[in-house]
Amino acid sequence: MSMGLLRLLRGNKASAPVARERLQILLAHERGMRGQPDLLGVLREEILAVVSKHVTLDPTKVIVRLERGDEVSTLEVDIEVPNDLERKRVAVA
Amino acid sequence: MAKVLVVTSGKGGVGKTTTTAALGAALAQRGDRVVVVDFDVGLRNLDLVMGAERRVVFDLINVVQGVAKLPQALIRDKRLENLWLLPASQTRDKDALTEEGVGKVIADLRGRFDWVICDSPAGIERGASMAMRFADEAVIVTNPEVSSVRDSDRIIGMLDSKTVRAEKGERVEKHILITRYDPSRAARGEMLTIDDILEILATPLLGIIPESQDVLKASNVGTPVTLSNADGAPARAYLDAARRLCGDTVPMQVPAERKGFMDRLLRRRAA
Repeated sequence: MSMGLLRLLRGNKASAPVARERLQILLAHERGMRGQPDLLGVLREEILAVVSKHVTLDPTKVIVRLERGDEVSTLEVDIEVPNDLERKRVAVA
Repeated sequence: MAKVLVVTSGKGGVGKTTTTAALGAALAQRGDRVVVVDFDVGLRNLDLVMGAERRVVFDLINVVQGVAKLPQALIRDKRLENLWLLPASQTRDKDALTEEGVGKVIADLRGRFDWVICDSPAGIERGASMAMRFADEAVIVTNPEVSSVRDSDRIIGMLDSKTVRAEKGERVEKHILITRYDPSRAARGEMLTIDDILEILATPLLGIIPESQDVLKASNVGTPVTLSNADGAPARAYLDAARRLCGDTVPMQVPAERKGFMDRLLRRRAA
């Protein structure tokens, strides 16, 4: 009781339960991934291969982001395409 | 039967070297023949924590490469006559830790000692994987903190798949040692509890070492904490852990909160 009151007076919440929950979710995921091929890496390689068949691009200007949600996750691929190169390409075609 | 024990963690700075020195000394204090082996090639520190830094002539890499014979590289502790140290090399050639070479050294040590305690470097690279490769048992040193627990989980995965025992379908016996435990912070809900850690890692507990100035003082003077202040809380916790490693049943002491003057004052006001 006094511990709870003390916490109330100081105005802070116990952070340990948050740590525990975050760890449980993260480790459940990481244990599942162990020994699996790096999905993000494979996706990045294959998407790059498809795109570079049609456009010349700089592999360092490709950003892949993954956001894990409870229900769905989103994969975001951000590819910077140089304008002049694309124009040349279109002109040739 | 000699036992090879790896002290590992994944994360750095959690207390692997302190633990290696303390458990090594504690087991030697019981009368067992013990060697502590430093696998942190390039960043050796076990020699310093053991107070033997000025007596290193040859090291693990020299023995692996055949430059020195094992008895030439072993350093006998000045306080305990059945405690020995095999230091790491300070030159940076981790690739010299070949599996074949390390395997031969460990096999040789098994014939000479009751306990071969391997102090793993941080990380999951070659040094760490070689330190655990031939282990029969593992002590996973964990702080009550998210990054340490995550890394411990990763290391447990490696112990279950990348060791010789795991590849033979046998298991490495694993123990969690919680270090730097601060009971007052745990009571305030600021620190993962012992139960949280054990539940998440699903591995049995070997001991709880409280956060204490004794540990820093011991490393300052180059003495394992079980020898420098044998009556202190960390020393007693390490001595109990060593007894459990030997198969004794010892009740687990959860470090209790020591009330300071201010705490008592604040508590009185709050109540």
